[in-house]
Amino acid sequence: MKPLLLSHFTATSCIGRGLDQTLDALRLGRCGLAPCAFETVALDTFVGEVAGVDEVQLPPHLAAFNCRNNRLAQLAFTQDNFAEAVHAAAAKYGHQRIGVFIGTSTSGILETELAYRRRDPVSGALPDDFHYRTQHNTFSVADFTRHYFGLTGPAVVVSSACSSSAKVFSSARRMMAAGLIDAALVGGVDTLCLTTLYGFNSLGLTATAACRPYDAARDGISIGEAGAFALLEHAPEELQDDAILLLGVGESSDAYHMSSPHPEGLGARIAMQAALSMAGLTPQDIDYINLHGTATPSNDAAEGKAVAALFGATTPCSSTKGATGHTLGAAGGLEAVICALALQHGLLPAGLNTRELDPAIRLDYLLANRTQAIARVMSNSFGFGGTNCSLIFGRAN
Amino acid sequence: MNTPILTAYIDGIGLLGPGLTGWPGSQAILAGQQPYLGLTTVLPLPALLPAAERRRSGAIVKLTLATGLEAVAAAGLDPAMLPCVYTSSSGDGQNCHEICQTLASSDRHISPTRFHNSVHNAAAGYWSIATGAMTPISVLCVYDASFGAGLLETITQVLVDDVSTLLIACDTPYPEPLHHARPLPDNFGIAMVLAPRASAHSLARISVSLSSDAAHTLDDAALEQLRLGIPAARSLPLLRALARRNSGRVVLDYFEHLRLAVEITPC
Repeated sequence: MKPLLLSHFTATSCIGRGLDQTLDALRLGRCGLAPCAFETVALDTFVGEVAGVDEVQLPPHLAAFNCRNNRLAQLAFTQDNFAEAVHAAAAKYGHQRIGVFIGTSTSGILETELAYRRRDPVSGALPDDFHYRTQHNTFSVADFTRHYFGLTGPAVVVSSACSSSAKVFSSARRMMAAGLIDAALVGGVDTLCLTTLYGFNSLGLTATAACRPYDAARDGISIGEAGAFALLEHAPEELQDDAILLLGVGESSDAYHMSSPHPEGLGARIAMQAALSMAGLTPQDIDYINLHGTATPSNDAAEGKAVAALFGATTPCSSTKGATGHTLGAAGGLEAVICALALQHGLLPAGLNTRELDPAIRLDYLLANRTQAIARVMSNSFGFGGTNCSLIFGRAN
Repeated sequence: MNTPILTAYIDGIGLLGPGLTGWPGSQAILAGQQPYLGLTTVLPLPALLPAAERRRSGAIVKLTLATGLEAVAAAGLDPAMLPCVYTSSSGDGQNCHEICQTLASSDRHISPTRFHNSVHNAAAGYWSIATGAMTPISVLCVYDASFGAGLLETITQVLVDDVSTLLIACDTPYPEPLHHARPLPDNFGIAMVLAPRASAHSLARISVSLSSDAAHTLDDAALEQLRLGIPAARSLPLLRALARRNSGRVVLDYFEHLRLAVEITPC
C-alpha cells in the first residue's frame, strides 16, 4: 500500500488525557488500573476508569447524544488540538471529503442498561429520556463525531469486538485509495458498562487484581475505557523525520470459536503476515510489537505461539494493557497511538504487572522500558468472533 | 459532486425477508409480475453450523447464513475463499434485550453464551465458523444507512484490493420495550457477491457514485413500507431494477444529504 500519514493523533485513557500524560505514564511505568468502583458494579476486579467523563458537557444541539461513550469521545477530541486539526482538514478538503471511521464494541449500551431499571411499572416502556438512535445504537459515536465536526461524507462504525478500532484503518485505507475521500478521521471509543463487566466475569475472564499479560500466573483481563483518534491523510513528498506513517494492515478470521482464539494462533499469524506483505516488509524489519496481550490464559498462549512462529524470539514486544486495561473496541486505536509515541520518542514500553514470564511462551517480552531509536512497529488486535487485525506503523525517517 | 465512479459486477444474490424467500422466487414479485404478499419472514435452520452453535444461534445468525450461502452458491464460489463485509443496524435484538433485563434485575449473572452473542460481529463470527472462511470480515453499523455503507465498503474493497467480496446486510427486530424505541417490523437479509471482473455468473455491472439526488421509492405501497421500515431493505430499488433486468439508474438511501447512485447494466 501507499503509506498514509497520521497527521494528528490523540488518546485519552486511564493513564492520561492526551499525549503528554500518556507518554509520561509510559515512561514512568504508571498503571492506571484500580479496584472496580464503577456505577453499582459489585465485582472483585480491577478496571481502568477515565476520571471526569461524567463532567463532560456535550454541545446543547447534540444533547440527545449524551451517553458515557460520546462524552469520552468528546473528552478525547478536545486534547492535543485534535479538534482544531479536524476543522482545518475540513476547511482544506471540504466537509464531504473527510470520512469518519470509528470502532466501538458497546457504544452507549450503559444508557440502555440504566433505562431498563426505570421501565414503566405498568406498561414496561422505557423512559422518555432514552434515545435509541443517539445513545444505544452502535453507530451513535460516529454519528456524534459527524455532527460534532459538521462532516458530511461517508461514515461508519466498525464493530468487531476488540479488533474494531484497528480495522477502521483498513476501511479508511480502502476508501482513500478509491478516491471517495481525501482524509479520514479514524479511531476508537469504548466505555465501561455492565454488559462487558458482568459478561467477561461470566466467562471467568476478569482478573481479580491488575491484569498481568504474559505472566505464568495470568488470570484474565482488566477492563478499561479509552478514546483514541488519528487523522489520516495522503503522505506528501516532504515529511519531518518523526512523522508517523501507516505502512500496512493485515486482517483475518479464526473460523474457530466465538470466544476462544485458535489454539495455535493461526488467524493471528495470517493477520500479521498479511500486514507485513502489504507493507513489503519482513519480520526482521519490525523493531517492536505491541501485543494484543489481554492476559487471559488462552489469548496470550495463542498470540505468543503465532508471534514466535513468525518472528522468532528476538523481536522486543509487550502488552500495554497492564497499564491501560483492555479497552476493547478502543484498544486498536489506543495502541496505535502508543505505537506512534514509541516511534517518535524511541521508547519501547514495558509490560506492567507481569512478575514471572510464562516459560511456555518464548518471546523477548519487555519487563522494563527500553530506550532505542526504532523505525517500524506492529500492533495486534484480536477479538471475539475470531476477528484479527495487525497494523504496521513507521517513522518517515 | 466531486466523486469517483466505482464499477463492479454482481455475481450472486441472496434474499430473505417478509414475503421474499430467495432471489429466484422473489424476482417476479419485485418486477411487478406477481403480487407482493408481505408474509412473515421464514428463517431456515443453519444446517452448516455444528449442533452446539446451531442451538445457540438466533434469528440474525439464521438470516446471515441463509442469505450469504444463497449469494455465494449463485456466484459459483467457495465461501471459505471470500472476504466479507457484514453490515447490520441493530445486531441481535433479542439477545440484547435479555442481557439488559438481567442486568436490571437483582441477579446480574448473564450467561457466557448470551455475552459472546452480544458482540455486533457475532453473526459474522458464526459465518466464518460455518464456512471455514479465514478471510477478513469488516463488520459495520451505520443505523439507517447500514446498507449503503456496506455497499460502499464492499465495492471499495473489490476495486482497491482487486478481490471478489461478499456483502451481507441483515436486520432483525427488537422485542419490547426496545421495539417501541426502534420499531423494526421483521427480519430482512440481503447478500450479494461483487466481483472486479465479469464472469459467467455475472447478473449485472453496477457503477456506484455519491449523489445528492433523492432516493428512489417503490410504487407498491407495502414494498415501500418495507424499504422504509428496515435498513437492509433500503436495497430494494436496486433489487427491483435487477429483477426487471433493465439498464438504468437507481438512487439508494444513505445519509440525509448523501445518497448512492447506481448505474445498472444487465450482463
